[in-house]
Amino acid sequence: MAAYRYSYSAVLFILCGLSVFIVTNSQETTLTGDNRAAAVDSPQTVAETAEQTAEQPAVEERQWEATEVEEASPDEAAADKQDTSTPETLVPPSVPRPKDDFQEELVIRPLHSGDIYASFQFRTLWETDFMRGNKVSHYRLFPKSLGQVISKFSVRELHISFTQGYWRTMQWGQPFLPAPPGAELWVWFQDSVTDVDGTWKELTNVLSGIFCASLNFIDSTNTVQPSASFKPLGIGNVTDHRFLRYATLPREIVCTENLTPWKKLLPCGTKAGLAVLLKSEKLFHSSFHSQAVHIRPVCEDWQCKTTSWELRQTLSVVFDLHTSGQGKREWSLFKMFSRTLTEACPLASSSKVYIDITDNPEGEQFELIPATPMLSQAVVLGDRRTFSVYDLTQQITFGAVRSLNLLIRWKSTEGDMLRPLLHGERYVAGYGLQTGEIHTLMYNNHPYRSFPVLLLDSVPWYLRLYIHTLTVTSKAKDNKPSYIHYQPSKDRVRPHLLEMLVQLPPNSVTEVTVQFERALLKWTEYTPDPNHGFYVGSSVLSSLVPSIVAMDTNSTQERPLFSSFFPCKEESSYFVRVYTEPLLVNLPTPDFSMPYNVICLTCTVVAVGYGSLYNLLTRSFQIEEPSLGLAKRIANIIRKMRGVPPL
Amino acid sequence: MVTADTPAPPSTAAGEIAMATVTALRRTVPLPAVPGHLEYRYEEQCRTATVMEEDALNQPTAAVRVHVVLQFVCSPSHHPLLHQDVDVYIGQRRTALLRIGSPMRVGRTLEQLLAHMEPRMKQVLQVMSFSYTDITAALSDRVRLSPGNKGSIADSMRAFKSSPGYEITFSLLNPDPKSHRLHWDIEGAVQTYIQPLLTKLAPVANFSIDSQTLYYAVLGVNPRFDSSRSAYTLNADSLAHVINPVEARLGSNAASSNPVLNFLLYVPDAHHSPLYINDRKKQEVPSNAFHSPRWGGIMVYNVNGFYGPDAVFPVDININMAKVMGVFLAQLRLLLGVQSSTPPPGFQVATCGSVGLADWELDRLMWSRSVENVATATTTITSLAQLLDQIGNIVINDNIAQQVSSAVTSLQLAVAELEAGNLGFALQYSKEAILASERAFFDPSLLHLLYFPDDQKFAIYIPLFLPMCVPILLSLLKIVSEARQKRREKQAKKD
Repeated sequence: MAAYRYSYSAVLFILCGLSVFIVTNSQETTLTGDNRAAAVDSPQTVAETAEQTAEQPAVEERQWEATEVEEASPDEAAADKQDTSTPETLVPPSVPRPKDDFQEELVIRPLHSGDIYASFQFRTLWETDFMRGNKVSHYRLFPKSLGQVISKFSVRELHISFTQGYWRTMQWGQPFLPAPPGAELWVWFQDSVTDVDGTWKELTNVLSGIFCASLNFIDSTNTVQPSASFKPLGIGNVTDHRFLRYATLPREIVCTENLTPWKKLLPCGTKAGLAVLLKSEKLFHSSFHSQAVHIRPVCEDWQCKTTSWELRQTLSVVFDLHTSGQGKREWSLFKMFSRTLTEACPLASSSKVYIDITDNPEGEQFELIPATPMLSQAVVLGDRRTFSVYDLTQQITFGAVRSLNLLIRWKSTEGDMLRPLLHGERYVAGYGLQTGEIHTLMYNNHPYRSFPVLLLDSVPWYLRLYIHTLTVTSKAKDNKPSYIHYQPSKDRVRPHLLEMLVQLPPNSVTEVTVQFERALLKWTEYTPDPNHGFYVGSSVLSSLVPSIVAMDTNSTQERPLFSSFFPCKEESSYFVRVYTEPLLVNLPTPDFSMPYNVICLTCTVVAVGYGSLYNLLTRSFQIEEPSLGLAKRIANIIRKMRGVPPL
Repeated sequence: MVTADTPAPPSTAAGEIAMATVTALRRTVPLPAVPGHLEYRYEEQCRTATVMEEDALNQPTAAVRVHVVLQFVCSPSHHPLLHQDVDVYIGQRRTALLRIGSPMRVGRTLEQLLAHMEPRMKQVLQVMSFSYTDITAALSDRVRLSPGNKGSIADSMRAFKSSPGYEITFSLLNPDPKSHRLHWDIEGAVQTYIQPLLTKLAPVANFSIDSQTLYYAVLGVNPRFDSSRSAYTLNADSLAHVINPVEARLGSNAASSNPVLNFLLYVPDAHHSPLYINDRKKQEVPSNAFHSPRWGGIMVYNVNGFYGPDAVFPVDININMAKVMGVFLAQLRLLLGVQSSTPPPGFQVATCGSVGLADWELDRLMWSRSVENVATATTTITSLAQLLDQIGNIVINDNIAQQVSSAVTSLQLAVAELEAGNLGFALQYSKEAILASERAFFDPSLLHLLYFPDDQKFAIYIPLFLPMCVPILLSLLKIVSEARQKRREKQAKKD
């Protein structure tokens, strides 16, 4: 094992940094605590407690039966009359404000490669406590199935994502919500859970049922407990990683059957609001598709007096419209989703469509139809972006045709993207089926700032890492990680876990290499198509990246001089998580027909031997005349040819 | 005026209410189909107050107790519980009041009196106690005792099967959230109406309640417009198709495997209301609700009367939970198998009060659940035994053996307790028996696919057997042909 010294200060720094999840999105911060409604009990219950409900349902014979309710006792009828006088009327404005809130939002960003990135976010906030003693729960907007999961398994935070395709960071920039190819699940449990592993196993099975995914293949051989990389994103100060479980299934294929249960969790389903656009035949005809569910406790107000649960359902998709659009660079909502928007979800408190027009300030790049006067600025991933906003709750958005079909027509094809500051790649090197080497490349594209990166690698046990061969080099020099957490694997029990804190020098490539040996599996452990290879999940790079806004020191923008000497602090860095490609590694694969071949061969040999033995035992032997010698036989042949009678 | 009737005082138990008992005579007649035993109790006393009678009726005792009201003299109307035309009054607890006419007409001695009361007594037992039909209903899944009787099958199929727990889900279906903003105080309604019943049913099973609101949930059938009533109607025939699209969104409880009882409150959208359900006779169902056996119930709640034609949408509507819960409570009783068969004429059954379940009904339920559990556990153990017989080389781990033996022990205990009349213990043991037997039966190591069938083993060795057969067959042929030749030669010699 490589024995590096821990550098505590650096670890602490990154821990503090990660615990504050800064996707600095000003839209998020404007969510105020307007939902904290006092629990007003409905007035009608008290009078009815003494009421008797004596029903004598007469029953018919068939399967579907009408329930007949006779109101027997006279006092009940009186009570009924009392009731009808008060409650069944239009409710005065004294209706208790609901404790839950739903928002929906769609962000569309035209990418420089000509692709379109569309990202849906649906957020349900609910001011409740799942961990209460009594399990009676009454759901309104929050989906019941997930609420039951949270309360049964004492989940504090749950993040699950299903992704088809790989996010090309260098072409597309940073996604709003990164996700590795395949399925990823990470869960923080409450510290009251005693048997975390058992709960985790049960939880994965239940989630696999809810999302129709093969999450039940998550077991101890692909589960790790990262010590630093995945910190809770919600409130709560427990950072003991004993309660954290992280697993990926890079092989998982995402399709319609995963999308349907995901859509069912939305309060409006696909009947109204932005979710009408989610048609699976279009969504899966794309370069990249990622859907996720994030559940976490959040603060209701900035003082954090009340907490509530946040369910965030996100769906990101990248359409390659340039190749499918007959060479025309033009897209519309109808072209992408084969639907247009006609209304907001009536349950949503806010329903908005954002179009990223940062690169198009004067409209020279593309034309946006219909135009909107509403603009919004937000700092997303360290960059100040400008968005056109369409508010679906306003009737005026839909215009005279009562439907919104956003259209972008490109005018020019050039335009370049700022390179993402952090970027990762990974590949397997080496030849043969015995050993190999994993190379992980981390790019720091910042011109003059270095920043630390947490690298998390979870490698299955059948690739036996030689951890003494671990090298970290940047700019051809050895780069000592300031923190290394390595947990060796156990065969068939747990995977390798390698976490490192590496300082990336400015404008450099840092390469992490480690050699491994390929293990021989038992013949039942191979997948049905073993020659396809075995997947190794993506490595995760988590980092606080210096902001592009802060990078802007040449002060081209007009600003007061007194504001521009020190780089502004609150936006100086932002959190980024980057996933590398998953690896596909070939393992030495036996010939699986071999046992049967061996059986066939040996059986045939045995049978032949048996046959001759049997012949020996059963044949009756007769004495033959001794055979002629070789010379005589040859002589006989010659005599035959000459026509002379043989000897 | 002296009335010499018998408001039965609390029995032999200690701490009884002191009442002036003049004479007391007790005869104990054990009957086979009755939990515990039947006590005939004849008491004569002077009485002034009817409060004690109420006391007596509310006294919880273990066995069914029948109090016989003997009326010797004068006006029968003085007894507050027994009206003129009511012969038998069945109370909430395990008590019943029985009236017989003047003893002069029936007989002088007590024996004659009791003999006269016998048929009535049997009727009372039929109503209050566990009977043959209940056994039939409890075992209907396994035994078809009377295949012709459709009604009883429907009755027995309606109730949920016995299970250690049930999930009760109330769902408010709002297909039109743009027009109706519905508010239902489900939390308070559950506390008020459902919880007392479930608290009472706690010995039978664990119940968990939750509720949800589903938007844009539409029924599977388009209701027909009935111009005569200017309302939309659903016919009983189409009810079976109503639920399917809704059920896809109801969801099951992800966190438990107990059966789910669904209760749906459907508020029709503004364009399809009012909506009424018609029964088979094309009559409107007054409760506007229906239920499906072993699934749950649906109630249609029309709200179009609560706003005028010029209302501004969306309209806020508060749902009258008393009305809704009345229907759901009735359906819940049916689905749980609390049979409320119509009593014979002359019987009056006390209203169940706020709890919604009389003690004797609970007893009957516990009885039938215990019997059903015992039958289920027995079947499971039997089929496990059959499986073990089929596969000779199956490996049985120690824990499975332990489970099986504990299941058998619990079964025996349950049956013993059932015989002794201790319903609570019997139910408890029968539940344990089910749990243990199922844990044994569904143990992953007992999967019969894990074991190779013998024919496949032989198939693998075909490459061995086939070539080995060839010389054997050839030599057999040779033997046959040689034998034939020999015979022919013999015949030729004879000739």
